[in-house]
Amino acid sequence: MSIRGTEIKIEGLTHRYNAKSPLTFNKIDLVSPPGEVLAIIGRSGCGKSTLLHILAGVLKPTEGKALLNGESVESPSPRWVMMFQAPHLFPWMTVRENVGVGLTFARWSKNEIKKRVDEAIELVELKPHVDSNVQDLSGGQQQRVALARSLVMEPELLLLDEPFSALDAFTRASLQKDVRAIAKRLGFNIVFVTHDIDEAIIMADRAVIMAGSPGNIVHKLDVDLPDPRERQDPSVQELRSRLMTTFEQAAYSKEEAPAAASGQ
Amino acid sequence: MNAVVSDEVKKRSAGNYVFGPQMYYLLKCTMCGAGNFVVGLGVLFAIWWATVYVITQNPEYAHYANFGLIPAFEAMPDLWVRGTIPDALMNSMYRLGMGLMYAIAIGVPVGIVIGRIVWAKKLTNVPFQFIRMISPLSWEPIAVVAFATWNDAIIFLVTIAAVWPIVYATAAGLEKVDPNWFKVARNLGANPWHILKTIIMPAIAFDVLTGIRLALGVAWIVIVPAEFLGVTSGFGYAIQDAREGMTYDNLMAMILVIGAVGYILDSICVMLIKKFSWVKESKE
Repeated sequence: MSIRGTEIKIEGLTHRYNAKSPLTFNKIDLVSPPGEVLAIIGRSGCGKSTLLHILAGVLKPTEGKALLNGESVESPSPRWVMMFQAPHLFPWMTVRENVGVGLTFARWSKNEIKKRVDEAIELVELKPHVDSNVQDLSGGQQQRVALARSLVMEPELLLLDEPFSALDAFTRASLQKDVRAIAKRLGFNIVFVTHDIDEAIIMADRAVIMAGSPGNIVHKLDVDLPDPRERQDPSVQELRSRLMTTFEQAAYSKEEAPAAASGQ
Repeated sequence: MNAVVSDEVKKRSAGNYVFGPQMYYLLKCTMCGAGNFVVGLGVLFAIWWATVYVITQNPEYAHYANFGLIPAFEAMPDLWVRGTIPDALMNSMYRLGMGLMYAIAIGVPVGIVIGRIVWAKKLTNVPFQFIRMISPLSWEPIAVVAFATWNDAIIFLVTIAAVWPIVYATAAGLEKVDPNWFKVARNLGANPWHILKTIIMPAIAFDVLTGIRLALGVAWIVIVPAEFLGVTSGFGYAIQDAREGMTYDNLMAMILVIGAVGYILDSICVMLIKKFSWVKESKE
């Protein structure tokens, strides 16, 4: 597989769902270099998922733009693929068919699809299940199929919307490490949304904290830790408590600001 | 099916069987199915035989003996050799096949539209329910005027009878489709044709086939009275002919054949539904 990363540039991004609704977020600026794994954390309702959907081309911004290698994101593309909370596999297909479905849409030849699908399935360690129906797999295995389905497209950017939140703790921990390892090996970017501080530290190169209503990026923190990262490592624990404190301070200061302003 | 077999295999993994546990299970299922078939049909035939027997005990109704089970079976070889059954079968099946084909060709796309587009569903609700509630046979006088031949008129009647179960089963199937599948497909670069071919059609195949199964039942019921008039072929004509000739054994033999053909067609539909169903059976 030959995957390249992309430079993500978000300029003055503003969004509201319709003319009457309040702003979801306001004038967000962010740059992420090629190959970076970026975590977006924040409380519910601060616009994290909306930002991700705009990056995926599923939603349009009200103002501003999202650029990938200088190209404006206007619609979904196999170059920037999104993975959702649930795997949403096609239950009438086998693992192989699910993984290759995007290549079929792109009219690849059968031989090339087989080659790429085999590579992707090997990458997510599902080779013994290649001809199984996806309904026969566990939740974690299904999420691995969804990951392979995204990776087979050789995307420059993989967008993950709380992708492991529905899984048990052991499966989640194993997938978090695997996804980061695959991204680092192949060199593509990941932007993922999570509520889980541990997940941000285990997976990300950098975490941005969103808070407030309308939401905005209130803090950026480099997660400069060597791989592989283990939860029990003191460096991970230390960064975890730092990120937690920053997150709470950022979230509260942002929430209190409008209240204080209205009280004056 | 696999899940059920594997569960059964697990339960009996300690046992030794001449054919192996899977073959044992399949044989058991087949024997069980055959047993139900024979007993069910046996009960039906016994009721039929007993009813005619009781009625014909009264000398006044003795001439109804030909309605009995045994005369019907006895008449069958002769009807087959004379070509009455093959001819009726061929003509009725042709009309049924053509009518169903038109019903599927109209019903599936219309079902997809009303299942996918909310305003189309709302807009068509009143006219569709209005037309659906009209007995298909009441269109016969209009069909005779509108079509050049009786054959075409009967095919039209079959179509109008069969189209509604297909339309509504397709629409109901589409409403159940997980909208996230469309989101994922678009995300992977699918165009509308890909979504129709790769997502919608397999997702609703079970519902469409269930609709076709219901449509087949309705069409098979409608085709016999539709063939009572105008045509000189098919099961409806054969029954009418037997009634007018007072050959009641032939009449009952034709009814037997109609029931058997209907059963076989329904069984084919059930097999197709099982083949195209992607919902895994429970492991209980």
